[in-house]
Amino acid sequence: MEIVLSLGIGALAGSGVWLILRPRTFQVIIGLSLLSYAVNLFIIAMGRLQTGVAPVLTARGAGNPAHFADPLPQALVLTAIVISFATTALFLVVLLVSRGLMGTDHVDGREPEV
Amino acid sequence: MINLGAHLLIAPVVLPLLAGAVMLALGGERRRNVNAALNVAATFALMVISIALLHAADAAPSGVAGVYRLGDWPAPFAIVLVADRLATLMLLLTSLLAGAAVIFSLARWHRVGVLFHPLFQFLLMGVNGAFLTGDLFNLFVFFEIFLAASYGLALHGSGSARVTAALQYIAVNLAASLLFLIGVSLIYGVAGTLNMADLAVRIPAIPASDRALLEAGAGILAIAFLVKAGMWPLCFWLPVTYAAAPPPVAAIFAILTKIGVYIVLRLWLLLFGDQSGVSSQFGGEWLFLGGLATVTFGAIGTLASQDMARLAAFSVLVSSGTMLAAVGMGQVGVTAGALFYVISSTLGLGAFFLLIELIERGREPGADVLAVTRELYGEEEELEETDEAGIAIPATMAVLGLAFIGCALVISGLPPLSGFVAKFALLTAALNPPSGAISIAGWLFLPVLILSGLAALIAMTRAGIRVFWASAERTVPRVRLIEMAPVAILLLFCAIQTIQAGPVMRFMQATAQSLHIPHEYIRGSLSPAAEQPRGAI
Repeated sequence: MEIVLSLGIGALAGSGVWLILRPRTFQVIIGLSLLSYAVNLFIIAMGRLQTGVAPVLTARGAGNPAHFADPLPQALVLTAIVISFATTALFLVVLLVSRGLMGTDHVDGREPEV
Repeated sequence: MINLGAHLLIAPVVLPLLAGAVMLALGGERRRNVNAALNVAATFALMVISIALLHAADAAPSGVAGVYRLGDWPAPFAIVLVADRLATLMLLLTSLLAGAAVIFSLARWHRVGVLFHPLFQFLLMGVNGAFLTGDLFNLFVFFEIFLAASYGLALHGSGSARVTAALQYIAVNLAASLLFLIGVSLIYGVAGTLNMADLAVRIPAIPASDRALLEAGAGILAIAFLVKAGMWPLCFWLPVTYAAAPPPVAAIFAILTKIGVYIVLRLWLLLFGDQSGVSSQFGGEWLFLGGLATVTFGAIGTLASQDMARLAAFSVLVSSGTMLAAVGMGQVGVTAGALFYVISSTLGLGAFFLLIELIERGREPGADVLAVTRELYGEEEELEETDEAGIAIPATMAVLGLAFIGCALVISGLPPLSGFVAKFALLTAALNPPSGAISIAGWLFLPVLILSGLAALIAMTRAGIRVFWASAERTVPRVRLIEMAPVAILLLFCAIQTIQAGPVMRFMQATAQSLHIPHEYIRGSLSPAAEQPRGAI
């Protein structure tokens, strides 16, 4: 499972980095979204990978913490998802305004002179 | 009974949040005057609160005014707000700058776009929270709050220049936020905590096998902060954004770069200070060299700037580069000088951003570019100017000119204003290290600091001569008192800082001391519940 997850994070992050270096605003925003998915998965991975375990203590009480998933990264990733969703939405609005004002979707607001 | 004193600590976060929310609830734009009044009232209340907290922090023997545990959870699990000397000092600086910016905006700028006042309060909430918080992830949340508000404010007034600048500003900051998250989660994965004080305790005990991961996490985290602080080569977004932002917003943005520097100062000295074992001083030389590179880049930028807004934006870079280099030297005395410097340069730059708009008002757009181009081609100006020598300078221009001289003195660091005292303190400490021998860093720091001051002086003198002494076609700008007063008051604070340099410097020394030996901060943040004000009502 580790190798699948790390390959997934790597593919998302790599595509994201490539896309945010592109000159079109839409490519940049997709790149940022892919990067934020990669980061969210990464945060989960930092809480150690476990399957089929409860994130919080059960009614039977505490005991060995190895039997539980770490709840903190899950709380963190939830916050991170919300924040990156909101900022991406905001960026999208600015992107549209920029496209409307400049008449181009280049990140510099004008087409490069060839 | 509710102990109001204990809850004062969270007021710098809650008050702007409530003020902003009430403004939105009152109908946003339809009641701009009510919003404006609320904004002014909340900002001045913040000023009073920060002064009270600053006094409390300075009076407390430990230097910590209090620790506020949100939800009253026990020590290492709670998200804490910690008001120590440095945090309260930055709170006060923020509220002073915010007060000046908001008064200035009332004259005209709050009308050029929507929702200026609520966004302004949300920005203050995020900034204050970032200064107070003692938890890394909470810091991320506050970062996002003030960044989101700053996107809105950078776009205030719209126009193609602002939209293009904001587009790049947002993209850079979103990428930096993702790096922030990667750094935070790496550190959590290694150390198992995000409480800053708890981290400082755990870091010396981290096994050697995990140390590489920890340092990688800290390095990635640092990049996120250094993007905010504008360290070269992470700073190319900054001059464009700051020059394009509306003046009151640019003035309050002067504090945003200082947040990056503040976090570096706090976290680096806390996590990688002298007590942190193997990782002690990790990355210090990078901070120092990066700071010097930033100062150099900023100084060249000020000389190359064709208009005043860009000149001011590059001065922001010089200021934060100086701070970073001073922090990177890792000496108590230099840190104290740097803290003195941050107050003086932030106030000076805030005043300068406001002043530029007043000066530019009477000139046709592009006049600066023309002036510099003319200088470049050596084209002589017409000689008929001598006929007009008898005309007195209008009073407005005289006042603006005086304020300009004040800003130039603070920013370039010439006597008699506080910029000089700050640079003097920095250099004295750098050239008189406790170990006796002056380090190579000290010798590198000296010429860079002096030459950056010279560059600032040359650039500002040139701009000043072009504006105030040249008799190009211009109308005298109409300046209202509420626009001039904030500039004058910010400069007055610089003057007070100079006159009261002794007490201020003593405070800075104490602050630097507790930053370098942070056991009081750690003990305060982690102390058991009984000693602390209770968070639950």
